[in-house]
Amino acid sequence: MSMSAQISAPEALNTLSAGLILLSAFAMVATRQVQGVVRYFVIQSLLLAASCFLLGFALHSVHLYALGAITIIAKVVAIPWVLKRTLARELYVRREIEQAFNIPASLLWALLLAIVSVLLVGPIMSATPDPIIRINLPIGLAGVLIGGFSLVARREAVPQLIGILAMENGAFFAGIAIAADLPLIAELMVAFNVILIVVIVGLVARNIEETIGTTEAGALQELKEEPVSWR
Amino acid sequence: MKQTIAYNFAQVLFVLAFAPLYSGVLSRLKEMVQSKRGPSIFQPYRDLWKLFHKDQIISSETTWIFRITPYLVFITPLFVTILIPVLTDYPLVFAFMGDMLAGGFFLALGGFFAALAAVDTGNPYGPMGASRTRMVGFLAEPVFMIVFFTVSFVAQSTIPYIVQQRWIASPAAFFSPAHVLLLIAFLMLILAEGGRIPVDNPAGHFELAMIDESKGLEFSGRDAALMKWGGQMKFLVLGCIFLNVLLAPWGLAQGRAIPQILIAVPLISIKLFLFVLVLLSIETSLAKLRLFRISEFLGAAFIASVTAMITSIFFAS
Repeated sequence: MSMSAQISAPEALNTLSAGLILLSAFAMVATRQVQGVVRYFVIQSLLLAASCFLLGFALHSVHLYALGAITIIAKVVAIPWVLKRTLARELYVRREIEQAFNIPASLLWALLLAIVSVLLVGPIMSATPDPIIRINLPIGLAGVLIGGFSLVARREAVPQLIGILAMENGAFFAGIAIAADLPLIAELMVAFNVILIVVIVGLVARNIEETIGTTEAGALQELKEEPVSWR
Repeated sequence: MKQTIAYNFAQVLFVLAFAPLYSGVLSRLKEMVQSKRGPSIFQPYRDLWKLFHKDQIISSETTWIFRITPYLVFITPLFVTILIPVLTDYPLVFAFMGDMLAGGFFLALGGFFAALAAVDTGNPYGPMGASRTRMVGFLAEPVFMIVFFTVSFVAQSTIPYIVQQRWIASPAAFFSPAHVLLLIAFLMLILAEGGRIPVDNPAGHFELAMIDESKGLEFSGRDAALMKWGGQMKFLVLGCIFLNVLLAPWGLAQGRAIPQILIAVPLISIKLFLFVLVLLSIETSLAKLRLFRISEFLGAAFIASVTAMITSIFFAS
């Protein structure tokens, strides 16, 4: 087996965190509570930062250390804080989220997407012997696809937003393996963008919530002049 | 040869002797977390002693199934014990008699007869608990299967001793995503099969909400003691498989000298104690799931195990 080739300790730990990142992606699909979704996103971002530091150590790259620091500042600290400031009620009041599929069905979809990503990446895999790419690329792609799926399947504003952010996390995880020396400015811009997205979506969702009384996207199908009583 | 047979029986003795203590420690710690004092950790031994000295009443309506069930429930975990590494690192004499799948079937055999015996009595609560256990069982079965398939794929074998050596030999395999997912799936499986908290409340006394306990309601005296002891041993054996074969294959006796076996006993007890702390944190932080949420719980375990299988096949190619 090619996996049994000797790998260093940071690489082994990166593999471990890759498994946990995939698991937290599944957990985000499986949770009903808005707060839980945010919590799993924070865990995933922490694992991502850990991966950055580990790969930075393995590849002797200062960029990756900086990326890890940016990830922690932007995704572990700033985003939950912004969400709490703009959407506190939404975060703590909402319990059961309306979903397009029930939980086992959406988990099966997530599983299917993970398989698809593994199959898609397969041909590239045979071209590279690099163990880091072999781990990060398929799992990063799975993260992107599962995040995209929760964007479609969820019907609440905050979980949809977290879906977008999870997609970004997945792309990031694949990215640190393929292009470890990406200019720092690009990553800084992405981190800034992500925070801006959260601020904008948070404010828009808060406005919608104030006028209509819900942020359930599935219910926002008709245009009405005046605030309607919900259900 | 004689020595390995002796060690094999030492493993059986270990499981026999420590299963009540294991449950006692868990329940005592749980009570302490809930700011109660709780019974002594040796209470399960006293309970067994008391039950063995009580009169036994068997309904005249029951058949032979009801009479042999306690013995089957008691003996099946012991059969599994001789197949798995409990104390030693190297295969013992019966190790190649059956693989992990055989162990699963042994445990399922005990569960099957326990369910039959519950129906046999005609007590209204027995069949209800039995049908619920079957529901949990058939949801857990595919997870069991896929966990074993994945393990056999990674280790090229389903013999527990060889699987364990595989994790020690290859750190890359140990840290692979497949292994992490496998561990999560198997932990969820232990919680479901052992009737622990997110699935079933072992401390509950309300018959309508029981899943696992209600099957034993009709047993008395020696039969009740055997059922209870068997359940505790099953839980310990599942914990041993999880710890010694999958999660932490260290601390087992590597040599054939008797002192090494004796040192292995406290080392494994420490591992089991740490595992009890993990179970404790799960049991005290989660609430019991509603009955129809159990399918979601085991569905998640299934997804984790299938993902483990896919990634293991993929990363090996």
